[in-house]
Amino acid sequence: MLALTALLIVGLAIGFFILSRAKAISASQGVLANLHSRPSYHGTYVMLWAMIVGLALLLALALGWNAYLHAKFIADIRAVLPDARDIQINLVLSDAMAIAAGQVSSKIDPLREATAVSFARADAVRIWATVAISLGGAFIAGVVGMRNISADWRARNRSERIIRGILWASAAVAVLTTLGIVLSLIFETFNFFASIGWRVDKFLFGTRWSPLSGVHDGQMDMDKVGAVPLFAGTLMITGIAMLVAVPIGLFAAIYLSDFASPKVRAWAKPMLEVLAGIPTVVYGFFAAITVAPFIRNTGEALGLSVASESALAAGIVMGIMIIPFISSLSDDVINAVPQSLRDGSYGLGATKAETIRQVVLPAALPGIVSAVLLGVSRAIGETMIVVMAAGQGANLTANPLEAVTTVTVQIVMLITGDTEASTAAGPAFTLAFTLFCITLALNILALRFVRKYREKYD
Amino acid sequence: MSDMTDTVKISTKNVDVFYGDNHAINDVSVDILHNTVTAFIGPSGCGKSTFLRCLNRMNDTIDSCKITGDLLMDGEDIYAKSVDPVQLRAKVGMVFQKPNPFPKSIFDNVAYGPRIHGLVGNKTDLEEVVEKSLRRAAIWKEVKDRLHAPGTSLSGGQQQRLCIARAIATAPEVLLMDEPASALDPIATAQIEELIDELRHNYSVVIVTHSMQQAARVSQKTAFFHLGDMVEYGDTSTIFTNPVDQRTQDYITGRFG
Repeated sequence: MLALTALLIVGLAIGFFILSRAKAISASQGVLANLHSRPSYHGTYVMLWAMIVGLALLLALALGWNAYLHAKFIADIRAVLPDARDIQINLVLSDAMAIAAGQVSSKIDPLREATAVSFARADAVRIWATVAISLGGAFIAGVVGMRNISADWRARNRSERIIRGILWASAAVAVLTTLGIVLSLIFETFNFFASIGWRVDKFLFGTRWSPLSGVHDGQMDMDKVGAVPLFAGTLMITGIAMLVAVPIGLFAAIYLSDFASPKVRAWAKPMLEVLAGIPTVVYGFFAAITVAPFIRNTGEALGLSVASESALAAGIVMGIMIIPFISSLSDDVINAVPQSLRDGSYGLGATKAETIRQVVLPAALPGIVSAVLLGVSRAIGETMIVVMAAGQGANLTANPLEAVTTVTVQIVMLITGDTEASTAAGPAFTLAFTLFCITLALNILALRFVRKYREKYD
Repeated sequence: MSDMTDTVKISTKNVDVFYGDNHAINDVSVDILHNTVTAFIGPSGCGKSTFLRCLNRMNDTIDSCKITGDLLMDGEDIYAKSVDPVQLRAKVGMVFQKPNPFPKSIFDNVAYGPRIHGLVGNKTDLEEVVEKSLRRAAIWKEVKDRLHAPGTSLSGGQQQRLCIARAIATAPEVLLMDEPASALDPIATAQIEELIDELRHNYSVVIVTHSMQQAARVSQKTAFFHLGDMVEYGDTSTIFTNPVDQRTQDYITGRFG
C-alpha cells in the first residue's frame, strides 16, 4: 500500500512537470527567450518539490506513526499484565498483529483477540491517513510551486540548488553510515570493557579466550577474554598467506610487465584476475576439502603430526586468494615506471635483469609496498576461508601445523552462536573494533605510500 | 678541426627499417667518423631518431621492428648473431631526449654503468670514475657537496648533464644523443653544446637535433633526413651554405619542416 503510494507520488510529480512546463511556455508569450529559465527547469523545480514533500511525509508518517502505535499498544498490554516481562508483552503484541493480519499466532486468548481487533482498526486508520496526507501534501506543494511560474521566476537556480542538496544528501548517507558503524563499534567496545571492570589489559594481553563459557547473567569472566591467541592466529595465517602471495604475485607481475609478449599478457592478466573473482566461500571449501587433507597426508608421510585444520592450509589458500591483488597492483605500478628509465638503463648496456632489479623495482617500490599492505589488510579481514579451514579452539602456538583460530572466526562464532545477542555482542564488537583499527592503520599507511609514489612521476 | 680524422667508426650501407608494414628508413648509407660530431637533422617523423637507435640496437626492444642492410662498427657487423646487444650498448652509449635519471642518488646514477660492467675494482676507483665523469659533464661543481641526494632532485639541465656523465662513466667509444637539449633552456643548452664539443676529443658523437643552429654550432658532419630518406650527407659547412639538394635547401632556409 505504502509502496504504491510512493509510486503515485512520483506519478503526480511527473504530472506536475508536464503542467509546469506547459505553463512556463505559455508564460513566455510565444518567445521562449523571454523566460529566465528554460521550460524544463520550471517543470523540474515543481516536480522536485512535489516529490520531496510527498515522499518525506510518507516516510515520516510510515515510521513515526508505526512506532507510536507499537508504544501505545505495549503500554495498553502492560496495563493488563503488570507483572509480565518485556519479552512476554512483545510476544502478545506480535501475536495480536499476526491475528489481525490473518496469520498463525503462538497462542489465542481473549487479550490477544481484543488487542488484535483494536490494532487492526488503528492500523487501517494509520495506513489510509498516511496515504491521504502524503498524496495531499505532494499535491499542495505542486500547486503552490506552479503558482510561482512566471517569465522572471528563477526556476533553474532553484532546481539546481535542490539537486545539489540531493547530491549532498547522498554523500552524507555514505559518510554517516560509516560513522554510525564506527560509533556503534566504539560504544559496544566501551560497554564490554566496562563489563570486565576496565581491565583492558586482560583483553589485550590475556592468553585465554573462552568468553562465553559459564556466562549466564551477562557477566564475563575477565580471565577468559584474553585475545592474544586470536591475534597470534590471525598474524600466523596472514604471515603464511603473505609468504605465498608476495613472491608469487610479485614475480608474476614482473613476468607480465617485462617479459611476457603482448599476446601472452593479453590472456594471462585477465586469467590471473579471475582468481580475484572467485567467491571466498569457494576458496574456503577448497582449503578444507582439498588442501588440508593433502597437507595432513603429506605431513604424516613425513612423520609429522598435522592437525586436520592446520594454519598452514588456511594460510596457503588465503595466499592464493591474495595473489591477484598483489600481482595486478604491482603490474600496474611496474608498468607505470616510465619506459625512458628502462631505455636509459639499456642504453648503458645493462641487461634486462639488471634493469629490472636496479632501476624498475626501486622506482616501483612504494607502489609495490602499498600493494602488499593492501593484501595484508585483506588477509587480516578475510573470514570465509578461515571459518572453514582454520580451527575454532583458541590455541596459542607457533607451529603452523596445528589448528589456530583467528579474530574473524571468533566473531562469526560469537554472533552465529546461540548465546543471547546482547551478551555475545560485547566481545564480538570489541574484536571487530580492534581489527578495524589495525586494517585502518594499514590502509592509511598504504595510501601514504601511494601518494608519495604519485608525486614522483606525475 | 685539427684533430679530425677520417677513420670510419661506424659504417652503414643500404639500411632499411620497417615497423610492421611501415617503411620507416629507406636505403640509408652514412659513415660515422672517429672523433667527429655528426648531426642528424630533418623534420619530425623523418626517421632520424629511428636510425640513431639502430646504431646501438635499441630497436631490439620493439618486436615489430625489422632492420636490413649493413651496419658495421670497426668493421664488425653490429647485427651479427655473435654480437651481444648488451655489450654493444656498453660501447655505444646513449643520451635521451628527456633527462631520465634513475631513482637513485647522484653518485649511484653515475656509478651504475661501471658497477654493472665491473669496470672498477674498488671503492676508491669507483669514486674516481664518478668524479671524473661528473667533471667531464661539467656538473661536478654543482653536485660535489650532495652526491647522495636523489638524481631527480636536480634541475632539468643538471639532470641532462647527469645523464651524460652517466653515459661517459661507462667508457663508451661512441655517444648517441637523441635531441639532448630539446627539454632545456638556452643556458643549459649552451652548456651541453660546449660539452659535446669537448667530448669529440675522445668519442664519436652522433646527435639528433631539431635545431639547425645547434647542428651548425656543434657538428662537423651533417646528414639531412626527409620522409625516411637520407637526402644529403656531408660537411656541416657545405650542407648549411651550399646544399646540393633542393629539399635540403628548403628545410634549412625554413621553407618547410
